[in-house]
Amino acid sequence: MELLKIDHIEKYYGSKSVLTKAIDDISLTVNEGEFVAIMGASGSGKTTLLNCISTIDRVTSGHIFLENTDITTIKGKELNRFRREKLGFIFQDFNLLDTLTAYENIALALSIQKKPAAEIDKAIKKVADQLGITEVLQKYPYQMSGGQKQRVASARAIVTDPKLILADEPTGALDSKSAKLLLERFRYLNTECGATIMMVTHDSFTASYAGRVIFIKDGKIFNEINRGSDSRKQFFDKIIDVVTLLGGDMSDAL
Amino acid sequence: MLFKLSFNNMRRSLRDYAIYFFTLIIGVSIFYVFNATSGQAAMMKVSASTREIIELLKMLISGTSVLVSGILGFLIVYASRFLMKRRSREFALYMTLGMSKWKISSIILMETLFAGIGSLACGLLIGIGLSQLMSALVANLFEADMTGYRFTVSGESVAKTILYFAVMYGVVVLFNGGAITKMKLIDLMNSGKRSEQVKLKNPVLCVLIFLVSTAALGFSYFKVGFRTFALSQSDIMMYIIIGCIATFLIFWSVSGMLLRVMMSSKNLYHRGLNAFTFRQISSKINTMVFSLTIICLMLFVTICALTSAFSLRNSMNYNLNHYCPTDFEAVVVYSDDAEEKRTVSDVYADYGVNMDDYFEKSVTLGSYGSPDITYESFFGEDCSEIKEIFPYIEFDSGIELIKSGDYNKLMEFYGLEDRAELNDDEYIVICNLQSMVEFCNKELQKNTEINVFGHTLKPKYSECRDGFIDMSAQRGNMGIIIVPDGAVDENCSAGERFFGKYNAEAAEDLDATEAFFTEKNIETYDGTEKGSNISYCMYFTRTILAAASVGLGAIATFLGLYIGLVFLIACGAILALKELSESVDSIGRYEMLRKIGAEENDISKSLFVQTGIFFLLPLLLSALHSVFGMKFAISVLSAFGTDNIMQSVISTSAVILAIYGGYFLITYFSSRGIIKDRK
Repeated sequence: MELLKIDHIEKYYGSKSVLTKAIDDISLTVNEGEFVAIMGASGSGKTTLLNCISTIDRVTSGHIFLENTDITTIKGKELNRFRREKLGFIFQDFNLLDTLTAYENIALALSIQKKPAAEIDKAIKKVADQLGITEVLQKYPYQMSGGQKQRVASARAIVTDPKLILADEPTGALDSKSAKLLLERFRYLNTECGATIMMVTHDSFTASYAGRVIFIKDGKIFNEINRGSDSRKQFFDKIIDVVTLLGGDMSDAL
Repeated sequence: MLFKLSFNNMRRSLRDYAIYFFTLIIGVSIFYVFNATSGQAAMMKVSASTREIIELLKMLISGTSVLVSGILGFLIVYASRFLMKRRSREFALYMTLGMSKWKISSIILMETLFAGIGSLACGLLIGIGLSQLMSALVANLFEADMTGYRFTVSGESVAKTILYFAVMYGVVVLFNGGAITKMKLIDLMNSGKRSEQVKLKNPVLCVLIFLVSTAALGFSYFKVGFRTFALSQSDIMMYIIIGCIATFLIFWSVSGMLLRVMMSSKNLYHRGLNAFTFRQISSKINTMVFSLTIICLMLFVTICALTSAFSLRNSMNYNLNHYCPTDFEAVVVYSDDAEEKRTVSDVYADYGVNMDDYFEKSVTLGSYGSPDITYESFFGEDCSEIKEIFPYIEFDSGIELIKSGDYNKLMEFYGLEDRAELNDDEYIVICNLQSMVEFCNKELQKNTEINVFGHTLKPKYSECRDGFIDMSAQRGNMGIIIVPDGAVDENCSAGERFFGKYNAEAAEDLDATEAFFTEKNIETYDGTEKGSNISYCMYFTRTILAAASVGLGAIATFLGLYIGLVFLIACGAILALKELSESVDSIGRYEMLRKIGAEENDISKSLFVQTGIFFLLPLLLSALHSVFGMKFAISVLSAFGTDNIMQSVISTSAVILAIYGGYFLITYFSSRGIIKDRK
């Protein structure tokens, strides 16, 4: 079933004289239960695309539909409500509140939605178990490793049961072991819990955990490959091929 | 090169420096105006009867001075520390470029020099201006002619201010130099990123310290509020110090317990942004225990100063009406070996004045003295204690005796209800100066008998009556004994008082009448050639008393208002700056909240609660301090009468609400602007 539909969106920065087209006419759809990775070099427009979907940024033209709602037209309070009820965010720099414990960070996402305290506790226990962070729940962000922080951030993103999880370079600040662990969890959430994940990355290894990879170059969709029945390793090789095709720009991402 | 760097630094980071400048300028102007004014207080001419009150006032001022200078010192070191912290990245850059710590120290020194000279100049200018403004304000307040109160630029105060602040800047430089040598590059680089460590204090220790400091505070409250007259000056200092330390410890322990208390209700804690709000508050209080203490103490001084000032102003009008029931009083006092006792009317007749021409009604009252009843004999061993409070009493002189008949006549003339009805063997003490009342009552409770010209009298009441004879602008009767008419020996007459109410003609042109009596100036009366043996004469009128009272009250009120207002502004400013810089540091957190979908309303509410509690906490504790501080102040200022204290409390609350509340609102709205979504 079609969850997200992006319809000819454009995003311009700057004035008329110095115009930058961050997104230059992109259209794509994401179905429910999909795990999509968006790849591109620095400055290709991939983060702008994610920001537009997540309503953090506004498009210059075009429409984005989530469950048939045009999110480019909602404003103010409705926008906040939409954001907290339909979307879950995972950021490169974790974005955990340093004054709160892991438990409280996750709880905040629920209490903002005005969920009763009893329900909150149950939900956190469940999600902590899914992400393997039960033992760090009472710790503060500064007491945790990067990988633990990112899994706590992920827990906060999925605890509200969002329609779509948006991840912006989730492995960007992690060492390779932590990154692998996190991605395994993403795949688990995707296959076992049916979560729809859209992830932006410039790392081929990270992208290889997705079911579909969309390549962006200079604000346009350059290529798109499906994993199909390939193993992760095979899919990784395919991604590398496209990256090579994309040119030297991405060679640093190998 | 260093000079250029320092100068440009200041210009570039003017916004950061604004905070520092602001604090310094406030400090300098406070110091200047305060010093200039306390010097001027002594300049004022006051009548002998109010000398005692001036002494008390001086005691209060000197006590406050110590507190003020201490607070200012801390304030400046604190502000500079705040600035240093905000510039860690900049220092890190210098160090990575290979600048030595010594060079960085030189930059800081240079900057402190610029800031110091600039703020001294600005502060002094503002201070000089402020003192003029305040004098105009107070003069207006009392509708007083402030010609006797000249505001000049006090060279001595300027020099004192410069010297004092030079020392403070020196301390700042040393302090900053020390901080720089301890800096580690890695810490500086990470200063922005490193998240704050939440240190949870040991809850048992917190509760223990909370209980101990509450008990210490309660003890000081009791001693200061209820045992006021048993306090020496060193006792007062001790209780102030105990109070300061207890305040600090209470904030310290509360900061440790607050979060646990808030967390104890899961439902409350996990509602909306509460968890975030509570954590923010807790971390703020945790890192600000010291400044909260200072702010609380400053607010305490503010509340007491304002309330005292207002109550002085309020009671002055009341006092004048109540303690000056008529227009004119003249007194003659005979020398010990006087043969002829000339009355006031006789004396004026010698000047060619017929008193009947000026007074519609008049009454005279004779006073008597017996060598058998002196302060020494009456108060016995308490004398040494009284001597400490009233050092100028002649203890071997007789306490004034008044005939009950004369007293009753005077009371009728004054239009007061009080009458003395005595049996032949009874006496009454009238007194209205609070501190003397205590001593008199002590004697009367012992049922002390007195011997008057061969008559033995016992007290009619076990405490003294609230009353007075001489017209006065405030409570000033230190004790007069009323005895039965038959008990006095007319030969021992010590003097006579004349009380008069102007007739219509004299009252109509009051200025001319007063000028007439001033010109006659009976105080220079030399009756020796007439054999009157008068030791001295004096007279006062309601108009003269009113002027003196306004002068005295103006000084006290001026000082009270001034200290109060400036402290209040300083408190508000510090809290505001603290909160604003906190908001700047928290921008990321609020952005995060927005990203996970928090409502703008909820964020504003959270900010409101945070700012509110931040402002409210020191105010609450200082209000509690003030209840007992005011009890103390009331007894010290009892000579002025503090009958309508409620009105003063309301006025003070209004001022605090306006200024402190104003700061709160400004802070809240500015913070909201800072953390606002910039899209």
